[in-house]
Amino acid sequence: MAEHIIELQNVTKYFDDELIIENLSFYVNKGEFITFLGPSGCGKTTTLRMIAGFDLPSSGKILLNGKDISTLPPNKRPINTVFQRYALFPHLNVFENIAFGLKCKRVKNTYRNTEGAEYTKTEKLTKKEIREKVEKALALVDLEGFEKRSISTLSGGQQQRVAIARAVVNEPEILLLDEPLGALDLKMRKEMQIELKEIHKRLGITFIYVTHDQEEALTMSDTIVVMADGGVQQIGTPLKIYDEPANTFVADFIGESNIFTGTVVGKKKVKFCGKTFECLDEFDVNEPVDVVVRPEDIEICPPEQGVLKGKIISAVFKGIHYEITVSVGKYEIVIQTTRRRDEGEQIGMNILPDGIHLMKPKYTTNTYDGAITKKNTVRFGDGEWECDVTQLYAGSHLDEEGYLITAAGEKLDLTDVAVKVEVGLNDVSISDNPDEGGVMGHIISIIYKGDHYRLIVRTEENEEDFVFSTDDLWNENDYVSVIIPKEKIKLTLKNTEGKR
Amino acid sequence: MKLRFSRKTLGIPYAVFLLFFVIIPMLVIVFYAFTDQNMHLSFGNFVAFFSDGTKLSTMVYSIVIAIVTTAITLLIAYPVAYILARSKLKKKHVLLLLFITPMWINFILRVNAIRELLSAIQLLGEANYFNTVLGMVYDFLPFMILPLYTTMLKIDGTLYEASADLGGNAFTAFFRVTLPLSTPGILSGITMVFLPSMTNYVVSDMLGNSKVTIIGKFIETYFGTDWHMGSMIALILLIIVMVSTLLSGGFRAEENVRGTSL
Repeated sequence: MAEHIIELQNVTKYFDDELIIENLSFYVNKGEFITFLGPSGCGKTTTLRMIAGFDLPSSGKILLNGKDISTLPPNKRPINTVFQRYALFPHLNVFENIAFGLKCKRVKNTYRNTEGAEYTKTEKLTKKEIREKVEKALALVDLEGFEKRSISTLSGGQQQRVAIARAVVNEPEILLLDEPLGALDLKMRKEMQIELKEIHKRLGITFIYVTHDQEEALTMSDTIVVMADGGVQQIGTPLKIYDEPANTFVADFIGESNIFTGTVVGKKKVKFCGKTFECLDEFDVNEPVDVVVRPEDIEICPPEQGVLKGKIISAVFKGIHYEITVSVGKYEIVIQTTRRRDEGEQIGMNILPDGIHLMKPKYTTNTYDGAITKKNTVRFGDGEWECDVTQLYAGSHLDEEGYLITAAGEKLDLTDVAVKVEVGLNDVSISDNPDEGGVMGHIISIIYKGDHYRLIVRTEENEEDFVFSTDDLWNENDYVSVIIPKEKIKLTLKNTEGKR
Repeated sequence: MKLRFSRKTLGIPYAVFLLFFVIIPMLVIVFYAFTDQNMHLSFGNFVAFFSDGTKLSTMVYSIVIAIVTTAITLLIAYPVAYILARSKLKKKHVLLLLFITPMWINFILRVNAIRELLSAIQLLGEANYFNTVLGMVYDFLPFMILPLYTTMLKIDGTLYEASADLGGNAFTAFFRVTLPLSTPGILSGITMVFLPSMTNYVVSDMLGNSKVTIIGKFIETYFGTDWHMGSMIALILLIIVMVSTLLSGGFRAEENVRGTSL
């Protein structure tokens, strides 16, 4: 079993009451190239900064080789960082920048005194040792002879290399890289990706890399940690994450995918897009599932031989392959193929069992804790909604004063009664008009599911989420108002204490 | 025809201004410095200045007072600027404002206030040099804080993180990041404080109980009786300041080559 060099145990981080990381636990194997991948704001940089020691966890532990380092300052950790914008010292030249850490270093040297007894002394590195180490580091990043150059005369790529040399020259146990290639152009980035991988191989130390670029993560990593919303979505090898995404978020974020809503109809049989397919995953019959099919896993055949038939509505040449969009009934399916296809062509499609990935849907319904108000409306999800309170007691009705009269004739005041609120995924809609709905929020996620979009709207106040399906196209970050029809709000009493 | 001004045309008023208010007055000073009472060319003033013990010693202790004042101002201003620039306080602008507000109160009023305070604690007339330096430090402190604060504000915070990341402790961060990167601010602060401390005789007159004579006082006195000697002293002072500015300017040029373009 590989050694765990870093282990996070239930780490939670708040910044000014804002939850950034929620109960994060995972470990990093010694010597591996691990990447934290996720959209901006997912907490990946904060996680890295806590490992470096710049931020301290609000709760939980960070272990380095089994020892708790949660509160150790950065200068006491055998960890070095390559910063996002390099953070090179502008007043020092290349040599002085790289030697910065070496000059801070103290080593224990053992000597023998005249009587032959051994004693140790804590000493600085000698000038010669520093020079040798800096030269070796410069050679590692192909910048031999740059010692005297000032930082401002270097190109972005060269500054990047100096930043790497400055970190690795200290022989850290772990190298942290915070989106180090973000500022470089595409071609340079590709080159540096390969070079970083090479440096990792040569040094044999653990690399922890942060990026939002999925292609970069897939190219370089031994292990990828997919993060979203301050938590881990999936941890695995690039291959595993690509081939077996744990949920629709991962499938949508890593590479292209077709995501459908399906139902299990038999042993290893799933129905989606109106047809039944063989698959490899086993779920209970009749269970609703999310189905992910990669565009390259769909085979094109003559129309009469395909399980699915459709008409090509767009074909775009992408260099190595064509990306074609096929309309199958009300569904749209994206396919990648190396053979040229034209718009308007009728084709058939087959999907082999290993190309179909089933996953438990993350959301099946929206549930909230709510409370009835004086006006017999219900308060939940940061908003106030019209509802039918008589569903709480079978056979009840409201009198003119707003009291609830139960079937037995009992008169109840429902004010402040706690209720569980349930709203189906198809029962929510949104509008640009702020007056129309019960609450306003931002669209934080949009996933296309073959024939509709799955949206998540998040409110500002308590970050309550509304998950729902819609046929309309919206943009991420749109500020919208959430509409739920009165009859679609399902209420149940939370506990009997609420009765008065 | 449309009216069109070239850059040259727009520069004319400034050229006229510089000619009448800078170049000609300078020439007048030079002319007076190197002539005698009969308006004949003469190095008499120059020789007289450097052979007069009183004048030379006044010059020397003017410089000493200026150095002491500048050093104390720097020692007080540096931590203030550092704390203000690095603190995450939301109201730090208000704090900064409090430090520099005295600058906007009439200078004579401020010096008088200190004079009253000193006489209240019966120090006036007792410690003339101390009082002079005290008054100057109080008066010139804002001129030191401001340039230091602006330079320190520009230091990229991630450099401190980089320093800690590379194993540096608080001393390393200060001596190898803060100090070298705030050098331009230190130099301009010194330039702002050093010259006024040599010439501002109002402070030395009022707080030094007229027992402390600095070079600025000399110039004033001579312009009452002997314009030629006064001009010579002013000229010598000008040269001292120019040389020191050139020296610090030289440092700053080197900083730029090393890339302080933050």
